Amino acid sequence: MNTELLGVPPDTITRREVIYDQEGETLEISMGPHHPSTHGVFRMDVRLEGERIVRLKPVIGYLHRNHEKIAEGTTYLGSIPYTDRLDYFCSLTNNWAYCMAVEQLAGFEVPDRAQYLRVILSELTRLQNHASAVGFLVQDMGASGTPIMYAFREREKILDLFEALTGSRMMCNYMRFGGCRVDLPAGWIDQLKALMKTLPAFLEEFEKLLVSNEILMARTQGVGVLSAKLAVNAGVTGPMLRATGVNYDLRKVDGYGFYPRFEFKVPLGEHGDVYDRYMIRVLEMRESVKILNQAIEQLPEGPIIDPKAKLRGFRPKPGESYGRLEAPKGELGFYLISDGSPNPYRYRVRPPSFVNLTILEDMCLGANIADAVIILGSVDIVLGEVDR
Amino acid sequence: MNPFSTEALLAALKAQLPGVTVELQRNEAPSAQHSWLIAAQDAVVVAQWLRDKEGFDFCSNVTGVDWPTYLEVVYHLYSIEKRIGPVILRMRTGDRDKSVHLPSLTHVWRAAELQEREIFDLYGVIFDGHADLRRILMWDGFEGHPMRRDYVEPDDYEYEPTAHDHVAERASKHTTGGAE
Repeated sequence: MNTELLGVPPDTITRREVIYDQEGETLEISMGPHHPSTHGVFRMDVRLEGERIVRLKPVIGYLHRNHEKIAEGTTYLGSIPYTDRLDYFCSLTNNWAYCMAVEQLAGFEVPDRAQYLRVILSELTRLQNHASAVGFLVQDMGASGTPIMYAFREREKILDLFEALTGSRMMCNYMRFGGCRVDLPAGWIDQLKALMKTLPAFLEEFEKLLVSNEILMARTQGVGVLSAKLAVNAGVTGPMLRATGVNYDLRKVDGYGFYPRFEFKVPLGEHGDVYDRYMIRVLEMRESVKILNQAIEQLPEGPIIDPKAKLRGFRPKPGESYGRLEAPKGELGFYLISDGSPNPYRYRVRPPSFVNLTILEDMCLGANIADAVIILGSVDIVLGEVDR
Repeated sequence: MNPFSTEALLAALKAQLPGVTVELQRNEAPSAQHSWLIAAQDAVVVAQWLRDKEGFDFCSNVTGVDWPTYLEVVYHLYSIEKRIGPVILRMRTGDRDKSVHLPSLTHVWRAAELQEREIFDLYGVIFDGHADLRRILMWDGFEGHPMRRDYVEPDDYEYEPTAHDHVAERASKHTTGGAE
């Protein structure tokens, strides 16, 4: 890199890459951005000694569209549809995190029914995200086709529910400050109940397909090990953090929404390897089914949006707020600063998969190049969120 | 989340580290997330005290803000051990066009590594002590810092390098033995 272009004197930057720079003894490979295993436009600059990785630098930004700058030029309401496009697998949790930050900033109350709807939708989101993440992970290991299609078969049913409620399968644009946009259509709950009856069987089948698979265990156990200490220090969150054994789930810790009303467990790993991360996701899907069953039972009647909440012409008083929640990939936070105008003065997204990439190199050093593919798969990144 | 008062913690800090310059910035919004404005030269000491003595082991969010005369960097800290938070640290640069240096906190929390790189890229804050301060979202040859409020887009982006440029350059050097 030419540091002079940036107006930075070169000596202010210490560069680790110099250590490894031995011409002729190592091989430099640029993996991506059009590599099928990189889950989008992600590039790894890899230096190899034989097949062993001695350096790995993630290179991102190919999908960068400066979401934060765009949001600073838009009204508060106008940013909700754009949050769908961050982590496009989990648009509903993105909506919720943003609305939560605005609700904290303006002091809106969310009615009971809307809280339940938010929990139901965010757990459905978690189910379909984890199912596809595990499916993709197995696909990366070479089990082409079958597992991912099993996962996508169930995901379709969840997306049908999203479509019936919000009008869109992926870009849901459903939540609003102080509640939700529309109430449930007729028969939606029955459709959800029917799905809940079939899901445990799918999870059994999915787990059986993979859990006793010798090849899968050989490829994942002891690979990409991350210690709890490093994970905490590097800000890793979500299933990756819990796979190292740290009990930190914001649904329990912050108790946001109505999560304290539900009984569920937080699965924890022991080794912090790829296998644990995969198992945590499978176990979390079971817990999501538990939460969903309770939420369907308890769902009350009532309004779905705070009558005090203002959507159009909304000007919150000066101040700031940081709202965060447990998205399927980790801690998703929104930081807003208001100066009293209709647009946020500062709008910041704290994307979980971007921060989780910090320790990608640490997990990959010393591993084989083929393992880098599944270690990256186990981080579960979505580039719409990493690059914003 | 366990009960927690950022004012009480600040009083403890002032009692234990009397030399540091910290002041409480009140937040009038209903979120009531008050923050600490710390002098840049004391930032590392305060950060280490928070991590080692008070158990703030988790740095959630790091971000920049462009104010009319200075740039500001904001850190959101939580404690996984004690389940409390947030403590919000703010640091300010001097004149936003002339002195943009701030100390890096990556040695205290590695979570800041990519996020500080992003602030450097988009706001132009230079973090002293960061081990790998390069552009991250924009490409290396990009000029300017697009998240600054006075950033003006050029009429056209003529130069957009491909991902493989520097690899191709090295490869050509290798095959020609550097004769070119």
